[in-house]
Amino acid sequence: MRIYVCVKQVPDTSGVVAVNPDGTLNRASMQTIINPDDLIAMEQALVLKDATGCQVTAVTMGPPPAEGMLRELLAMGADDAILISAREFGGSDTFATSQIISAAINYVGLGEEDMIFCGRQAIDGDTAQVGPQIAEKLGLPQVSYAAEIVKEGNDVTVKRMLEDGYMKIKVQTPCLITCISDQDSKARYMTLSGINHCYEKPYQVLDFEALKDEPLIELDKIGLKGSPTNIFKSFTPPQKGVGVMLEGADRKTAETLAAELLKKHVI
Amino acid sequence: MAFNSADIGAFKDIWVFCEQRNGVLMNTDFELISEGRKLADERGSQLVGILLGHNVEGLAKELGGYGADKVIVCDDPQLEVYTTDAYTKVICDAAMDLKPEVILLGASNIGRDLGPRCAARLNTGLTADCTHLDIDMDNYVNFLETSSTLDLSNTKFDMEDVNLKMTRPAFGGHLMATIICPRFRPCMSTVRPGVMKKAPFSQEMADKCVVEAYPVTLTADDLKTEVLDVVKEAKQIVDLIGADVIVSVGRGISKDIQKGIELAGQLADAFGGGVVGGSRVTIDSGWLSADHQVGQTGKTVHPKVYVALGISGAIQHKAGMQDSELIIAVNKDETAPIFEVADYGITGDLFKVVPLMIEALTAARASK
Repeated sequence: MRIYVCVKQVPDTSGVVAVNPDGTLNRASMQTIINPDDLIAMEQALVLKDATGCQVTAVTMGPPPAEGMLRELLAMGADDAILISAREFGGSDTFATSQIISAAINYVGLGEEDMIFCGRQAIDGDTAQVGPQIAEKLGLPQVSYAAEIVKEGNDVTVKRMLEDGYMKIKVQTPCLITCISDQDSKARYMTLSGINHCYEKPYQVLDFEALKDEPLIELDKIGLKGSPTNIFKSFTPPQKGVGVMLEGADRKTAETLAAELLKKHVI
Repeated sequence: MAFNSADIGAFKDIWVFCEQRNGVLMNTDFELISEGRKLADERGSQLVGILLGHNVEGLAKELGGYGADKVIVCDDPQLEVYTTDAYTKVICDAAMDLKPEVILLGASNIGRDLGPRCAARLNTGLTADCTHLDIDMDNYVNFLETSSTLDLSNTKFDMEDVNLKMTRPAFGGHLMATIICPRFRPCMSTVRPGVMKKAPFSQEMADKCVVEAYPVTLTADDLKTEVLDVVKEAKQIVDLIGADVIVSVGRGISKDIQKGIELAGQLADAFGGGVVGGSRVTIDSGWLSADHQVGQTGKTVHPKVYVALGISGAIQHKAGMQDSELIIAVNKDETAPIFEVADYGITGDLFKVVPLMIEALTAARASK
């Protein structure tokens, strides 16, 4: 059994976000991190590896520096890593991205017992689309918003979260699951021996040449030009007018606030 | 005739996927039908709801009351509970046959499971979690004038453009992006719950709405997942979206978490009743359950009053609350970014200030 875990390197949007005057993101000024939901997907895969000894493969599409992230995942416990990287793939939307990643997984090989794990969504685009779209391209059943995954033989039982509860879903391998974090989920740390050996583990780069003849790739539907969706405009929202800072933090302050709210018919 | 998503002239009508759970329509359905009505009028096309389930035909007319010209009902026992496989097949079969120009879905956990799968099968683009939609270019330019910092004086727009212009926050709400899908149809979009305004219900429109059954062809082979159980969580789910008053807590309550949450609840009561929300850290740390989360990864809210207690105001949080009608922030740090969006700010220790606010508000309300 092999579990492919799809991961993405993203700018840390919880920190300082810098925007260029033309409305694009100033990526150079921002820290990059492993997308948080993807870390949880990796953890779920490593839990299954602990129990079954299965192979865990980290897969990402991105520019060459994404290697650093893959080495971290190898140090956490992944067995091997695949970087999908080519100029032709840059600027892909979710449709195009899912084509390329599914072609790469197909190229490496997906067995009857294998699974693909993704994070629910990435914090830069927040689309949650690439996982289900990979499943569709590969013709696999999908379960999204998974909080718990139990595997017995080829049967997989997943707790799939809804806004007002959850579903228990049974599915067979091969399948694709997108993982969410809950209150208790924490990804493990890299280990010292993991760090020492992360450069010795199998590491593969798949470029345009490797994937261009894969049947799942339609060459006119990848990259910035081929993507079905395009950015028409991007802009920053206007700042709201400055509010009032009340003086002090005592009883009088509270009374001033109450009087203002009363005047404005808020209370 | 084979389905070809690039033959864009063959597509017409605006569709809204109407989600039901246990035979009850979702609030998002009404929001999307209301928004879809606006788009259909801009395009001069029909607005069609597509409703899947079992014994759900009786729900269809109500959708007409919010603006649907027609509701297509796909009824089958295998559609009673949502499964990705069955719903994707039925919607895609119908879409390939009837060729809608636009499909809108609510960005619920189900809509965001179903939307991408359908878009991939239909060979078209999908834009996630939209907060604003336009077809008419005049309306779009007006929207940019009021909602962006762009200088439009030198920008030329093609006023005849009829692509659906789908605007959504990106990078935690720091940037807005308008996305189009110019070469393929249908244009698909999931729409964030709670953002689009629900139109008033019209009985006359409900009566006029055409309800049409559409045949469902599903075989056991189509279903690769089995729903063993659907569980509604016993705990009370916090209705952040419906609340008039939300008092949210953040990292600032860390020195006494229980007390901080209790004070937030009491402050909401002092406003005449409301609910307690939380920033991401309060959910990630397990202080509050996920249904309390306000922000880019939580809920987008615009209550009449939003109070932020001990919340610094990361972009991620502001994205979910900055459109509230009135914002009050209490924070020890006078440079906290939350003050940039607050109408009233108080620099101080929330554990000292909030009890005084509760007293003052209670007294003020009693004096009315």
